[in-house]
Amino acid sequence: MTRRAVVTGIGVTAPNGLGTEAYWAATLEGRSGIGPISRFDAAGYPVRVGGEVSDFTASDHVPSRLIPQTDNWTHLGLTAAAWALEDAAADPTAFPEYEMAVVTASSSGGTEFGQREIERLWSKGPSWVGAYQSIAWFYAATTGQISIRHGMRGSCGVICAEQAGALDAAGQARQLIRTGTRLVVTGGADASLCPYGVTAQYSNGRLSEGADPSRAYLPFDVGAAGYVPGEGGAMLVVENASDALARSAPVIYGEIAGYASTFDPRPGSGREPGLRRAMDLALSDAELAAGDVDVVFADAAGVPELDLQEATAISAVFGPSGVPVTAPKTMTGRLYAGGGALDLASALLAIRDGVIPPTAGVTELAPGCDIDLVRGAPREARVRTAMVLARGYGGFNAAIVVKQTS
Amino acid sequence: MEQLGSFTLDDLRDIMRACAGVTDSVDLDSAIDDITFEDLGYDSLAVLEMAAKLQNHLGVVIPDDVAEQLPTPRALAEYVNVRLAPEEQMPSPTPAAAAEAR
Repeated sequence: MTRRAVVTGIGVTAPNGLGTEAYWAATLEGRSGIGPISRFDAAGYPVRVGGEVSDFTASDHVPSRLIPQTDNWTHLGLTAAAWALEDAAADPTAFPEYEMAVVTASSSGGTEFGQREIERLWSKGPSWVGAYQSIAWFYAATTGQISIRHGMRGSCGVICAEQAGALDAAGQARQLIRTGTRLVVTGGADASLCPYGVTAQYSNGRLSEGADPSRAYLPFDVGAAGYVPGEGGAMLVVENASDALARSAPVIYGEIAGYASTFDPRPGSGREPGLRRAMDLALSDAELAAGDVDVVFADAAGVPELDLQEATAISAVFGPSGVPVTAPKTMTGRLYAGGGALDLASALLAIRDGVIPPTAGVTELAPGCDIDLVRGAPREARVRTAMVLARGYGGFNAAIVVKQTS
Repeated sequence: MEQLGSFTLDDLRDIMRACAGVTDSVDLDSAIDDITFEDLGYDSLAVLEMAAKLQNHLGVVIPDDVAEQLPTPRALAEYVNVRLAPEEQMPSPTPAAAAEAR
């Protein structure tokens, strides 16, 4: 019998809600977590608005031994992973340690931690740089700390593909389940709202310089002028369907039915970007037709040219306004490695509750963006199958199809 | 903790808490003098971090290979005390001194 990867647990640390249900309630109510950056004095920076996870205190959620040796990004990931396992009622001590794995995405690494250590280096000298810098900054830190904390010693890894990373991680999790791993923690988080992190992000030329939090990030809108960066993300517990049923997992949110990733042709080649191909490949991987998809969670770059590319790809696959499209990330900002994971969580919750969360702020679609963008209020709909799209800076595209399990 | 000299076990406890945290199952306020750092939940990186803090705050040089051979809080505190002249208990290190200490 084919092994099928299903999601049995969700943990969310998002700017507009800590915990899955808090996030979901806020998202359905259209409550945004985007506001003026408070973590540092951003007055002198071109980017002054962000999606901060402001009500998060690491010591409430992360063991004391782990706090000094890890970045805020890892604190958020550890917290989401623990919540996802709790949600799945999966006790890691009840699973063979080599049959559990962790695959997360990372985009910035531990920049806030790194900035602190670099400041010490400059102001006090090399001996003041902490030993933990060696393990806190690097991309695999969150995967490694989750693996150590929960005793998951199977095939662990980290994927760096900017905003597309968490979808690639979930695709890898599915592959591990298919090849015999019993449980995989997957997803991603990022937290790079420090001067060093924001400056690095700003170099891509896509960040919004808008000062009004409600108007700074308007994907597909005539007023689109970049995106707002955010922090946080989500973790998912993925298991083989029959194993999850056998252990009476409390919830099966849905199956990771299709996945594909593509890479863009070189800039200026004139060839079509890779997003549409990722969508087509994910659909055929899921053995589904475009008409089977009930909602698309868009990448929603917030950059006019990229919005048009995405709307064009969606229309090419589904027909003009052929499928409801939404971008709840308008209430969190783009979370980089956490973005695809949070969208996956939202897609699974949309399936659970039969409701499509709204896109905030967008009032007038840009010319050429012929999509049925869910706006203003959530839309009740029978959601059996959802597609999640993500594009990572540098040419990464990924698409995942999740579907209700019977 | 007189036997440990001017740098006390409580001073060390503060440094352990501040730079490496505490494992849930460990009570740092109990008699930890002769329990190994490993049994207290501190790996080699944690010990290096403590040694670096001691070095920066007290001016006592603890080379990495030496730090790795100080298995318990008592051994670490004694190493510090032997090298800590009474009048130099809490010097404020300058960047130059810190760089030199490396």
